[in-house]
Amino acid sequence: MNSEKLYLYPVWLRLWHGLNALCIIMLILTGISIQYSDIKYPFIPFDTAIILHNIFGVIAVVSYVFFFFANLFTENGKQYRIKMKGLLQRLTKQTQYYLTGYFKDAPKPYPIEKNNKFNPLQRIAYTSAMYLLMPIVIITGVALLFPEFIIDEVFEISGIQITAIVHAAAGFFISIFLIIHLYVASVGKHPLKNYKSIISGYHESH
Amino acid sequence: MQKLILILPALLFLFFQGTAVAQDNEPEMVDMNRTCFQCHGNSHYGVYIEMTDTRERRIMNPYYIVDSIGYMEGVHGTFACIDCHNYEYETYPHKASLKLEPQYKCMDCHGGDDLFAEFHFDEISEQVNESVHVKAIGDNFTCAKCHDPHTYKLIARDSTSMIKEIVAGNNAMCLDCHGDLTRYQLFTEQEQPQIMETHNWLPNQELHFKNVRCIECHTSVQDTMNVSHEILAKEKAVRKCVECHSTNSLLSNKLYKYKRTSDRSSGFYNDVILNEAYVVGANRNKYLNNISLLIFALTFGGILVHIIMRIVKR
Repeated sequence: MNSEKLYLYPVWLRLWHGLNALCIIMLILTGISIQYSDIKYPFIPFDTAIILHNIFGVIAVVSYVFFFFANLFTENGKQYRIKMKGLLQRLTKQTQYYLTGYFKDAPKPYPIEKNNKFNPLQRIAYTSAMYLLMPIVIITGVALLFPEFIIDEVFEISGIQITAIVHAAAGFFISIFLIIHLYVASVGKHPLKNYKSIISGYHESH
Repeated sequence: MQKLILILPALLFLFFQGTAVAQDNEPEMVDMNRTCFQCHGNSHYGVYIEMTDTRERRIMNPYYIVDSIGYMEGVHGTFACIDCHNYEYETYPHKASLKLEPQYKCMDCHGGDDLFAEFHFDEISEQVNESVHVKAIGDNFTCAKCHDPHTYKLIARDSTSMIKEIVAGNNAMCLDCHGDLTRYQLFTEQEQPQIMETHNWLPNQELHFKNVRCIECHTSVQDTMNVSHEILAKEKAVRKCVECHSTNSLLSNKLYKYKRTSDRSSGFYNDVILNEAYVVGANRNKYLNNISLLIFALTFGGILVHIIMRIVKR
């Protein structure tokens, strides 16, 4: 079978992706440890978890700002634009592929192309993660880094409490995204193929 | 006329009821105290000097001024000054020898009295004797050094007590000496520690100072009482963040202990702490917690099924 090599991930994107992945993984691990803080059975000691969470949080913000402007000024930004027309049909088609077609060796309904790296499900998931969840988690995270500036009370509820809950909820959905992202990346002929692609930059299609 | 006869007693009843209510709400100065407060309630006082037959205005020692409103609102507001101070203070100029007379101590009235059993005064006295203050200063460190008997009010007694007021009121007691060199040097000639600098290690210092009392970290944990009076040496103070920032938060045994018995259920872990503050690591919403675990389980379950299908269909 002929295989075609596509150069999909330029150096800047791979470096950003690696840094972002490291930050997100560290933030999830330290975040869980802070959320479920326990004196007797600490996952990561509370003080260490707070310091690491703050450091990786700041790096993640810088990394996100870079990603945001890079997407603004390069072609990569187009991958995150969602066309509403026919969206539901495209999503259904892709879901059907993952649930049934994939097991019957059916052709991919939306094969990877140079200008269309994401299938419809990936596109909506990545766009939601990067342009909805990440801004929420960043804004609330920066606010929690300077809690003295958070509004004292909103409808008799502590402003810090609301900010912390929104931060934890957004962080939780990012962790769900990460789990699915890591698994879906293994879906293909060879489970490690996509992992190799994001390191080498080349996608091999069969 | 008959109607008027009926209405009159009712009106009189309402009138006296009204005055009684007004008297209840507004504390009134004990008559005997008015003379004392003429001088000790003001920053200046007038004095007649017999030798020169003149009247002079003099400055009252600021440490001898008593806030008259605070006094009337305080727990001892109905007491005459001479209930605790020597009756000879009624005459002016006060006899010089009065200054050297030992004063009554709180335990002279409160100790061993079943009437005050709910306040655990004897237990408090034992704890104070174990505290760093008494160990360093000795018996000169009396209750009044922290609890000004002139203006002392009860706080943190029920679920209506506001945490921020409790914190501010309590910390003011510590800062009376630890933030005032003159008072601090009543006890020691040592250099006064600079509180802000010694607490530089504490993250979000301002938030901590506003939302928790000094005694959260600087006292031992007591089982029987709301407030521990065993002030610990700084070496023994709590320095591990996790002691408060955790599911088994120390705060529920300290600042929020008085609320533990109240019936509150907001669906949060440590919901008593959640009243006016959010303590990272200690407060988690139980419902969100369960929903998140369910979503995690469904995600992993879905992935597991997909993996099995991949293996089976290979």
